[in-house]
Amino acid sequence: MIPRILAVLAALTLGMAALAEEMKMAVTTSFENSGLADVLLPAIKEDLGLDVQLLVVGTGQALRLGQAGDVDAILVHSRAAEEAFLVEGYGTHRREIMYNDFVLIGPAADPAGIAEAGSAIDALRRIGTAEPAFVSRGDDSGTHKKERALWAEAGLSPDTFGAWYREVGAGMGASLNTAAGLDAYILADRASWLNFGNKGGLALLYAGDPALFNQYAFLAVNPERHPHVRNDLAVQLENWLTGPRAAELINGYTINGETLFIFNAKSQ
Amino acid sequence: MSTILPLTMTNVAVRRRGKRLLGPVDLEVGGLGLTIIIGPNGSGKTTLLRAMHGVERLSAGAVRWSVSEEEARHRQAYVFQTPIMLRRSVADNLRYPLQLLGAPRAEVSRRVNDWLARIGLEERASLQATRLSGGEKQRLAVARALIRRPDVLFLDEPCANLDGASTRAIEALLRTALDEKTRIIMTTHDLGQARRLASDAIFMLHGMVHETGAAERFFGTPRTDELQAFFRGDIIA
Amino acid sequence: MNDIYDGLVSAFWLVVTLDADLLEISLRSLQVSLSALVIASAIALPLGTFLAIRRFRYRRLTISVLNALMGLPPVVVGLIVYILLSRSGPFGVLGLLFTPTAMIIAQVIIITPLIASITHQAMRELWAEYHDLLISLNTSGWQRIKTLIWDGRRNLLTASLAGFGRGIGEVGAIMIVGGNIDNATRVLTTAIALETGKGDFALALALGFVLIALAIGINISIHWLSRTEREGRW
Ligand SMILES: Nc1ncnc2c1ncn2[C@@H]1O[C@H](COP(=O)(O)OP(=O)(O)O)[C@@H](O)[C@H]1O
Ligand SMILES: [Mg+2]
Repeated sequence: MIPRILAVLAALTLGMAALAEEMKMAVTTSFENSGLADVLLPAIKEDLGLDVQLLVVGTGQALRLGQAGDVDAILVHSRAAEEAFLVEGYGTHRREIMYNDFVLIGPAADPAGIAEAGSAIDALRRIGTAEPAFVSRGDDSGTHKKERALWAEAGLSPDTFGAWYREVGAGMGASLNTAAGLDAYILADRASWLNFGNKGGLALLYAGDPALFNQYAFLAVNPERHPHVRNDLAVQLENWLTGPRAAELINGYTINGETLFIFNAKSQ
Repeated sequence: MSTILPLTMTNVAVRRRGKRLLGPVDLEVGGLGLTIIIGPNGSGKTTLLRAMHGVERLSAGAVRWSVSEEEARHRQAYVFQTPIMLRRSVADNLRYPLQLLGAPRAEVSRRVNDWLARIGLEERASLQATRLSGGEKQRLAVARALIRRPDVLFLDEPCANLDGASTRAIEALLRTALDEKTRIIMTTHDLGQARRLASDAIFMLHGMVHETGAAERFFGTPRTDELQAFFRGDIIA
Repeated sequence: MNDIYDGLVSAFWLVVTLDADLLEISLRSLQVSLSALVIASAIALPLGTFLAIRRFRYRRLTISVLNALMGLPPVVVGLIVYILLSRSGPFGVLGLLFTPTAMIIAQVIIITPLIASITHQAMRELWAEYHDLLISLNTSGWQRIKTLIWDGRRNLLTASLAGFGRGIGEVGAIMIVGGNIDNATRVLTTAIALETGKGDFALALALGFVLIALAIGINISIHWLSRTEREGRW
C-alpha cells in the first residue's frame, strides 16, 4: 500500500516549472479589481518575456513589502506615503503612470442627498450631518487614506463619529459587499465599483470633482538597500509602463463602455 | 544445547501502592518437565509468573538465570491469560517473533507453515487473527510463543475460558513441547489439568509460596492444612 | 438560493470544459497540501507513536503542548512564517516568501500537531493492547514503533486525512505567506476569498464545490488504495 500511495503523491507533487523571468510587484486591491492587470500582464509577457507576479494588498502593506525587500517594485496611489518611502531610501524614484478617480456610492434613495452636492467636500459634509450608515475600508489602504484626507478637508474627524461610521478593515471588494449588505455609503474607486458583481441596492451618487482623482505611481525597490531585488527587471517594466503600448492599453481599457484610467506618464 | 536454567529467585518482592502483592519469594526451577502454579484467586500466581519472566517491576530481590539477562530474555516466551492478537493475519502473527530476530525468509516460511499445520489453522492462514475463535486464538498464541523454540515457556491460565476440545488441543501442544525439552511453567485453576500435566507444583497463598513439591507427593499427600483445604474446595481465609 | 444554483451551474461548466485556470489552481492546491501532508506525516506519525509508548521526563508536558498547538490559529502561524521568511527576517536569504514552498511550510506547521495528536490517541490504545506481548518478545524501541505504525496504519491514515482536510481547506495562513499571486501561489481557498471579495459569488461557489469534491475525492481514493491491498491478503 505505502509504495503505491507514495507513487501517486510523487506524481502529484512534482513542481510546476517556471521558465520565463519573474519579478514580484505589490499592487493595490483597487488596481487589481479594475481588471486592467489582466490586459497589461499578457502584453508585458509578450513584449518583455517577463512574468510579473502581483501581490494584491493594501497600500500600507505594499509599502511594507517594498521596505522589507519582499517585492521588486510597487504600484500604489498614495502620494504622501510614497514620498516618505523615497525619503527613507527604500525606493529609487517615483514615476507617475496614470490616474483614475474615486466615486461616492450609497443607497439609491440617497437619504443624505449627496447627489446634489456641489463638491466632494460638500458631499461628505452632508453625510456627516445626516449620519447614514457609512462603510470605511479602515485598512490603511490608499483608498482609506484618501477618505481620511477628504474628511479632514471637510473639517470632520471620523474618530468622533458614532456607530453609523463602520471601519471594516477589509479590501475594496469585501468592503463593498459589506456596504451592499448594510445599504451604506462608501468611497470606492470607480474600477472596483464597475467590476463589482453584488451591487444590491447601491448606486453611484457622486463623482467628477478633481479632488477625487487618484494618481498611480510606480516605485522600484532600491537595490542598494536590498541587493537581491531584480532592479533590472523593474527598470524594464517601468519603461514599458510609461511607453506607447501601455498608453494605448490603459486609455483604451473600458468597463461597460466607460473609460477607467487616464495615462499621464511623462517621458523622461 | 545448553539451557538458560536453572531459574533462581532470591528474596523477590512486588509491592504496588504500599500493598504487598508478592513475596518475599525464594525459589529455584531447573531440570525438565512442567511446573504447575496453583492457588486461590488473587494469591499472586500471575504476579509470580510475570516476575519470573522479567516483565514485572520488582520492589526487592533478584531473578537470575544461568546466562546473562539479555540472553535469557531471548530464550523464553510467555502466553498471556487473554491471548494478545496482533492486528494481522494468522500467518503474520506466527511470522512476527521470527521477523524480530531477522531470521532468513525461507526458514521463516518453513517454520510458519509447520506451525500452521501443527495448530490446524492452515486454512485460516490469511485470516485476520482478531477474527479467530477463543480456542483458535489461544492455540495461535501458544504456537507463536513456541515458534522461537524457547528454553522456557510461561503460560498464565491458558485454558481458562476454553471448552474440552480446545483444552485438549492446548495440552497436546504442551506435551509435544515437553518432548522437545521445553521447560514449562504455568498457572491453572483446573486441578484435573494440574494433575494431568504437572511434574512438580507450587501452591501460592497471600502472595507467598506456601508449599512446593514433586507432583505425586504434592497431589497425593499435601503437607499444609491450607493446601489440603484448597484441594477439598474449601474457602481459605 | 439563486447564488447556490448559479454556483453549481458554473462549477459544472468549469469542470466539464476543463477550465485551464481551474485546473492549474486545483493542481496547485493539491501540490501544496499533499506535499505538506507527506512532510507532516513523516514527522507526526513517528512522533505521536513515540509519545504513546515512551515514558520520559517531559512527556505529559510535550503532549499538552502538542494539544495546544493543535488549536493554533492558522492566521497567526501564517503571520509568524511570514515574518521569518520575509527578506528582512531571519530566513530571508532563502527567498521563500510568496512561493508554494512557503505555503507548504505554513501548512506543515498547522497540520503536524493535529496528525501527531490523533496518532497519539490511536497509538495509545493500540499500545495498551500490545504492551505485554511486545515487552515479552523483548522488542527494541524502534521495533515497537514500527509494529504499532504498521498495525495501526488505518488509524494513521485517518489521522493523515484529517490533516489533509485541514490543510487543503485552510486560507488564512497561505493567503499571508503565499500572497495569492495569480499563476504562482493562487490556490482554491485563496481564489475563493478573492472572488468573494469581487462579489462574484457564483465563481466563488463553483471553486468551493470543486474544493469539496477534491477533498472527498482524495479521501475516497486513499481509502480505496489501502483497501485493494487488504482484500488481497484476506
Ligand atoms: N498493578 C497493581 N496494583 C495493585 N494491585 C495489583 C496490581 N496488579 C495486581 N494486583 C493485585 O495483586 C493481587 C495478586 O494478583 P495476581 O497475581 O493476578 O493473582 P492471581 O493471578 O493469583 O489471581 C490481586 O489482589 C490483584 O488485585
Ligand atoms: Mg491470574
